[in-house]
Amino acid sequence: MTTVAPTDMAAPGSAWRRFAGERWREHVDVRDFIQANYTPYEGDAAFLVGPTARTRAVWEKVSALFPEERRKGILDVDTATPSTITAHAPGYIDRDLELIVGLQTDAPLKRAIMPNGGVRMVESSLRAYGYQPDPFVTKVFGAYRKTHNDGVFDAYTPAMRAARKAGIITGLPDAYGRGRIIGDYRRVALYGTDRLIAAKRAERALLDARPSTEDIIRDREELAEQARALEELTRMAAAYGCDITRPAATVHEAVQWLYLGYLAAVKEQNGAAMSLGRTSTFLDVYLQRDLDEGRIDESRAQELIDDFVIKLRIVRFLRTPEYDALFSGDPTWVTESIGGIGTDGRTLVTRTSFRFLQTLYNLGPAPEPNLTVLWSPRLPSGFKEFCAGVSIDTSALQYESDELMRPLTGDDTAIACCVSAMAVGQQMQFFGARVNLAKALLYAINGGRDELTGEQIGPEAPALSSEYLEYEKLSAAYDRMLDWLAETYVNALNVIHFMHDKYAYERIEMALHDHPVHRFMACGIAGLSVAADSLAAVKYARVKVIRDDSGLAVDYETEGEFPAYGNNDDRVDALAVGLVETFMAKVREHRTYRNAEHTQSVLTITSNVVYGKHTGNTPDGRRTGQPFAPGANPMNGRDRHGVAASALSVAKIPYGQARDGISLTTSITPEGLGHDPAERAGNLVGVLDAYMGCGGFHMNVNVLDRATLEDAMDHPEKYPELTVRVSGYAVNFVRLTREQQLDVISRTFHGAL
Amino acid sequence: MKTTTGRVTGRVHSWDLSTGVDGPGTRFVLFVSGCPLRCLYCANPDTWHMRDGRSATADEVMAEISKYRAFITAAGGGVTLTGGEPLLQPDFTGAVLRQCKEAGLHTVLDTSGFLGARADDALLADTDLVLLDIKSFDAAAYRRLTGGELAPTLAFATRLDGKGIPVWIRYVLVPGRTDDASHIDGLGAFLAGLGNVDRVDVLPFHKLGAHKYDALGIPFPLRDTPGPGPDLVERVRRQFRAHGLRAF
Repeated sequence: MTTVAPTDMAAPGSAWRRFAGERWREHVDVRDFIQANYTPYEGDAAFLVGPTARTRAVWEKVSALFPEERRKGILDVDTATPSTITAHAPGYIDRDLELIVGLQTDAPLKRAIMPNGGVRMVESSLRAYGYQPDPFVTKVFGAYRKTHNDGVFDAYTPAMRAARKAGIITGLPDAYGRGRIIGDYRRVALYGTDRLIAAKRAERALLDARPSTEDIIRDREELAEQARALEELTRMAAAYGCDITRPAATVHEAVQWLYLGYLAAVKEQNGAAMSLGRTSTFLDVYLQRDLDEGRIDESRAQELIDDFVIKLRIVRFLRTPEYDALFSGDPTWVTESIGGIGTDGRTLVTRTSFRFLQTLYNLGPAPEPNLTVLWSPRLPSGFKEFCAGVSIDTSALQYESDELMRPLTGDDTAIACCVSAMAVGQQMQFFGARVNLAKALLYAINGGRDELTGEQIGPEAPALSSEYLEYEKLSAAYDRMLDWLAETYVNALNVIHFMHDKYAYERIEMALHDHPVHRFMACGIAGLSVAADSLAAVKYARVKVIRDDSGLAVDYETEGEFPAYGNNDDRVDALAVGLVETFMAKVREHRTYRNAEHTQSVLTITSNVVYGKHTGNTPDGRRTGQPFAPGANPMNGRDRHGVAASALSVAKIPYGQARDGISLTTSITPEGLGHDPAERAGNLVGVLDAYMGCGGFHMNVNVLDRATLEDAMDHPEKYPELTVRVSGYAVNFVRLTREQQLDVISRTFHGAL
Repeated sequence: MKTTTGRVTGRVHSWDLSTGVDGPGTRFVLFVSGCPLRCLYCANPDTWHMRDGRSATADEVMAEISKYRAFITAAGGGVTLTGGEPLLQPDFTGAVLRQCKEAGLHTVLDTSGFLGARADDALLADTDLVLLDIKSFDAAAYRRLTGGELAPTLAFATRLDGKGIPVWIRYVLVPGRTDDASHIDGLGAFLAGLGNVDRVDVLPFHKLGAHKYDALGIPFPLRDTPGPGPDLVERVRRQFRAHGLRAF
């Protein structure tokens, strides 16, 4: 079916029948609505049902397209139509069978172009996949319409360009959409667009009396654009037969309205991460009402969620093969945050929290949507055990500490991308990629010269000249180098986000935020364990420097033992903590665009491989080109005492100094968790309770064995669905480059022998 | 009292944290050095000699354990003493167990039982669970496999039953060495007669310790022995189950 059945409950009053609570009726406040209406669920997974024949048919139809897409890189692309919310005609997988409708273009898996971020990126992506850029599009974005990418390079300084080129600051969103902004898509279902447009106009009117300064003018224009985007969303929905001007009256409408809101965002923006938010418990209110009214049964409830998740699985963006190599596969980070505890102490787990996880069985494992469990030792045991079982069966979940986030961002927090906590609809971030702390240490040794090219990139300073590195002198030089790095970095980010707001503003995503919004400047660091271990080597062993003819330090010989990060050893863990605190403090010294609040992450996603490639030999014994550990992980093989010891080192990093998230990826063989499924699930629950209880923030859990992965490298066709978690999200293992596959395998397996 | 136990010195090989394999939950696993047996399939030949370990006091061991107290408690685990053979150093093992109990930690003793007589009542009073490795139920086969005698292990198992200390039996399955059906039936009948056997873990023989033999320059007697296939493992588990035992 394509149109949502008209009901006798179309009037706004009856759309809200049986709902309790007051504040959310007068104000746009989805959290208040959830708190007043949701039904916590403390039971187990016994109520869940499998896929219906209809669900299977839809999923089979669309997944039949995947092999060709994998072979060609992209299945198809509309080269001539720059995407907007309304640019493409409606598209369907199977118009008669789909419950939830809406595609980014007029056909499944057909990609759109979004040149506002940068037309060069679009053109090189098209050429890479054998398509010719459309001459009219090239002309428009060459002659008439400037892009974000053009703007950034007009305002970058030579120092910023050099740092970017050398790979000490990388992954900057200066040629593509920055992403990591979560619209509160639930608002579309709860209020309908008429009400949301009126609210945006009211926010706009409040600015009329304010003087027309640059800030106020920009706010007024943005609010006008937001209202316009909501009108476009309304038109796009109408083309699919949905009148979303009014609130959703049934759960079928609620899922559909919410999805259309999200769909508008992925039609408008090719963001690095296009996360969904925290929708399951919101939707549970509607599911429960329709179940209570006898309108649906459990089978229908599950298939609505299954159908919704099918749509989330086929979100696609046009990106270059290099981008996909950097981030492993074709990620979209449609992150959905599930579970958690409310500030009143009730669990936010509902039956629909289970139903979302059940999609991994009904449709098979998949990396998207990026299902993220907000974990607390206080979660109901039935839910904890189900999550652990799903992890063991699929490796497709990540866990983040609800206990650390709730006090700071509240109980309606959702994860943007991998580990970035945002109060939904109230906070957004300026995504800042990351700097390479390990390379910065080498710059400190070499007086700002790059260890690979010999070029002067950092500020010129005397290189350390002694035969053996001296800890005090190295520390002081490193501190100065980090001063320069933080300054260059924050100022580059200011340029990027100024231009992104100007040329590629996220109209619909921001329309689903309150005004004024709280902004974060989300900085990040990579190479933490390499830097910490290198400092430990200098401090606790003796590190001899090997220099080339030009005096450039190119290698190191370490004499003696030194403690390595990842063994719960305070001597080196304190160095890692100190680096995080120091760099955060240095970042905070620099003024941010739109007064965004400074944060940082310890997260690399899979770019740890590329960072390693661009970094020379380091004093910890790591060889040039060798991958870094991902995120906040210890270096491969240096954590010698098992997963608990390694996790406790990571748990020492203070969340308050890395509020954009601290990522830990663990790989455990099934046998390393126990003898039978129930025992394994119980033990994994114990590990998660213990890690979060000890202050850990995030854990990716891969439950697999080396033999499986090695076989998958040689026979990818046998493992189309093999999912592994890689630092913050899940990827299809067979889509990783061979190098990344080897990296995953060589990572410490915590399997007991 | 505490200071006295704390100063007891032992020889320690290493420590590790593991989940689900050395007793319930996630555990701090202390490998002590020295073992009187020479099991042909031993995966830890580097723990045979006390002299190869490093010296540590019970206090020093506890200082390391205490770094994990919150974690292993929350994870439903505790501390496991293994080796080597922990009862080769009964004073040290007893002192560590005592201190763990004082710290409120769940304790596991992983032993062959060959030196069970060295475990005094106080040591066993501080032991919450014993992982008892019974290498074979045939005295001659036991001698061929380990170089030691079977009887002390069976006596220890009976003594633990008398004290009501729960036991998980570990049975390493080696094709051609420990797969004799009648021996396994005999062991099953013996265990079924005890009231304290919580489970039997059938552990398929593996050769992951082979590189240690290479490093130590000593021959690995079972280098060419294959591990058991899944059918054999399942047959042995069924045999134990036939005696009413929980076998994994």
